[in-house]
Amino acid sequence: MNTSLILLLIMIVGFAAYLAGRSRAIATSNGKLSVLHSLPGYHGTYAAICAIIPAVIVLAVWAIAAPAYIDSGLRNALPETVLSQGAATAELALGQVKSVANGLNLLDDAELAALNNGSANLRDVLAAKGVPLAGEGEAYMIKSAAQFNQMTATSRVLMAVVVLLIAAAGAVFALRGISAPFRARNQVERVMLWTLMLASSIAILTTIGIVGSMLSEAIRFFNSVSPASFFFGTVWDPRFAAAGSEATQGQFGLLPLLAGTLYIAFVAMLFAVPIGLFAAIYMSEYARPAVRSIAKPLLEILAGIPTIVYGFFALVTVGPFLRDISAQMNGLITGNYVSFIQAQSVLTAGIVMGIMLIPFVSSLSDDIITQVPRALRDGSLGLGATRSETIKKVVLPAALPGIVGALLLTASRAVGETMIVVLAAGVAARMQLNPFEAMTTVTVKIVNQLTGDLEFNSPQTLVAFALGITLFCITLCLNIYALYIVRKYREQYE
Amino acid sequence: MTEIVSSSSPAFVRPTAARRDIGIKRRYAAERRFRAYGMVAIMTGLFFLFVLLWTVISNGYTAFQQTTITLPIEFAEKVIDPKNERAANPSKLMTANYPLLVRDALVKALGIDPKNRAEVKKATEMVSASARMQLRDIVIANPSVIGTTVNVSLLAEGNIDSANKGQIDLAVEESKRKVNDQQIGWMKTLTDSGAMTKDFNTGIFTFGASSRPEAAGIGVAALGSLYMMLIVLVLALPIGVAASIYLEEFAPKNRLTDLIEVNINNLAAVPSIVYGLLGLSIFINFAGMPRSAALVGGLVLTLMTLPTIIIATRAALKAVPPSIRSAALGLGASKMQTIFHHVLPLAMPGVLTGTIIGLAHALGETAPLLLIGMVAFVVDFPGSPMEPSTALPVQIYMWANEAERAFVERTSGAIIILLIFLVVMNLGAILLRRRFERRW
Repeated sequence: MNTSLILLLIMIVGFAAYLAGRSRAIATSNGKLSVLHSLPGYHGTYAAICAIIPAVIVLAVWAIAAPAYIDSGLRNALPETVLSQGAATAELALGQVKSVANGLNLLDDAELAALNNGSANLRDVLAAKGVPLAGEGEAYMIKSAAQFNQMTATSRVLMAVVVLLIAAAGAVFALRGISAPFRARNQVERVMLWTLMLASSIAILTTIGIVGSMLSEAIRFFNSVSPASFFFGTVWDPRFAAAGSEATQGQFGLLPLLAGTLYIAFVAMLFAVPIGLFAAIYMSEYARPAVRSIAKPLLEILAGIPTIVYGFFALVTVGPFLRDISAQMNGLITGNYVSFIQAQSVLTAGIVMGIMLIPFVSSLSDDIITQVPRALRDGSLGLGATRSETIKKVVLPAALPGIVGALLLTASRAVGETMIVVLAAGVAARMQLNPFEAMTTVTVKIVNQLTGDLEFNSPQTLVAFALGITLFCITLCLNIYALYIVRKYREQYE
Repeated sequence: MTEIVSSSSPAFVRPTAARRDIGIKRRYAAERRFRAYGMVAIMTGLFFLFVLLWTVISNGYTAFQQTTITLPIEFAEKVIDPKNERAANPSKLMTANYPLLVRDALVKALGIDPKNRAEVKKATEMVSASARMQLRDIVIANPSVIGTTVNVSLLAEGNIDSANKGQIDLAVEESKRKVNDQQIGWMKTLTDSGAMTKDFNTGIFTFGASSRPEAAGIGVAALGSLYMMLIVLVLALPIGVAASIYLEEFAPKNRLTDLIEVNINNLAAVPSIVYGLLGLSIFINFAGMPRSAALVGGLVLTLMTLPTIIIATRAALKAVPPSIRSAALGLGASKMQTIFHHVLPLAMPGVLTGTIIGLAHALGETAPLLLIGMVAFVVDFPGSPMEPSTALPVQIYMWANEAERAFVERTSGAIIILLIFLVVMNLGAILLRRRFERRW
């Protein structure tokens, strides 16, 4: 009996409990519903909750604990010769036993008998059934595997029986407790409240998960590479080592990646901030409602386009365009038609990322500018200032903290952006200042280190988590500071 | 600004008209310039939007057409099954020499001398190598076809397809082209005889990954995306709504709820790639879920979408006026009943709008999926969310890295499909808002 079938049965018991509870409550009321404290439906729901929730909790605990228990039992039952060779060998043997066990389930009686009296080769028999075995199976494995199968089966049956009994017991308990003054609604609502709280704690759990998982993997990385050489190293050369060769220890310097990240984000902001800010000013202060109602959603389309599309745009349009136009310009000036802008460069990635950021800057600043109280504007206009003078001397200074917050949020997005830089910035980790050359970013390297075949013990892959936590910290600081500024500013005018 | 300085200064002189004009002109010019900057900024933004869409559409609309070559294929028994073993050993049909059938048909149709090896080779290159699978599937589905001659529409090879769509510049020197003059001549022959046609490309919607552009499609990737969207919908909507109800209606105002609130705002701004690292480390390494599975992708995207949904739901709950709550409470409903029977239904349009926008965002997300191994070469349709699959934006990423001209077209075609999905979802959200949103 597998877990989902048990789950289904529990649900059926729960539904039956609901129906029984409801009809019992109606019967208790003797046709006069108002004597009940709670509506019949609540009595039914209470019975269903009593039936389902304890049973599901036990089911979950059992499903997690039983394999661990069986494993430890099996490990202790392994022959001394295997156990004496260390934990890794034991794990390997355990894995083999499990795949043998998996295979044994596919065999029929005759084949099993042949295996047990030693007349058939374990590996060949299993291979015929499509179960590959790493290495020759040993005799003890068949016994262990049979034991494993038996324990698993027993555990399953036991689990099904226990869980269903608990469900039935819960239902009976709840049904017996039904009486007119019983406060079923309050009980049900308490369970609902706990469910709601549990749901809202997922947000916290996610953050704990992010920090915890990245920290633990990063610490494993820092066990083999010193934090100083990571945070202050100027050379990025992870050197994917060939299997078995321990000697090639790469260099993991963060600085070239950080430099590329910040440079590209800077170029993007340089591009997006003036355009976005002027667009926001025009839309909030000058544009007629009709123009605004068309231009604003159109600009926001840019924010809805997936970043992979921007990456593709950079790759096939912007990059080649910049390369060709630089070749033409070079040719006109020096007569030598060689491009000085590479197709994958800081400039390409920066411009395309800038295009993506325009709507962020414009809609965030738009919101903030419109929040500036009308009275400030009217005062300035009444004193004879022109519109632009009002904006420059009154509205923008008043909105400045909020705008700075908006720009910080935008910058955090630029730093964490991945797909555009993966396709447009290149992979060369260099520290240089020429925007026409390729540089690489933290996010590109995370993707590079973690795609393809991985081995989770090497610093080459673990470095991605160290990079990830660096990125997380940078964006976290930017976000918290930005949210703090925006919030403070908002309170000022409320 | 509380004190207004009166014009009691003795030096006050009424400005002459000329003096006043100088200042005004300069200031009005500044005003006009400032205004023009704003207009230019908006125009620039719209210009980029236009160029972006133009690039995608002009590169991609041809992807919805595919050149096919319809040939009378003679399923000759002596080629497919020369020793007549198929009754005893049906797997012989899997490995038969199907390309030979194509070659014979092509040689006949073009009137090439079968002895001229170089020409025959060039001619067979015009048909996609996927023809082998196509013919094999026909024979296996219906073995009685052996011995007969049937007209079969075969996919043209990617470069021939490009040439037929006029995307290969014929003015370029022959040796630098992917298609030589002889093949172009044959294309003309085939077109004139009606064998070579351009049809609507159904393959791009149904095929899986392939290293040959003409046989590559987004079908498998779209199914993977569909699985993930269903998982996100099933998990993120209830959890998000439950969390927002608690935070908005029940949570006491204390440190903890403040922390949760800051946390959610933060999570909304965490780079998506960080969620990929989380998924890799928790779901795959710790919980032992399969790599490349849509299930893991769905879970990661759920965590990523939750903050969006929570923020939207809270705004929608906040917008329901207190009078509704007071009325329900006054009639004796409990707080829970008030919320679930009255407030939540009224907030539902806002919740659904937020959910759709969150889903649209998740549909276009690529970076976290790369880290959990969904950048895989998946040919077969995944039967369940536990099987290896890929996603629409990841497929676009993989195609964008391919060098061939025909893949640029496919990539743009896939982007068009993705954008259409997004437009439909966003339009749905807008319509929902227009139709059901109530102003109190």
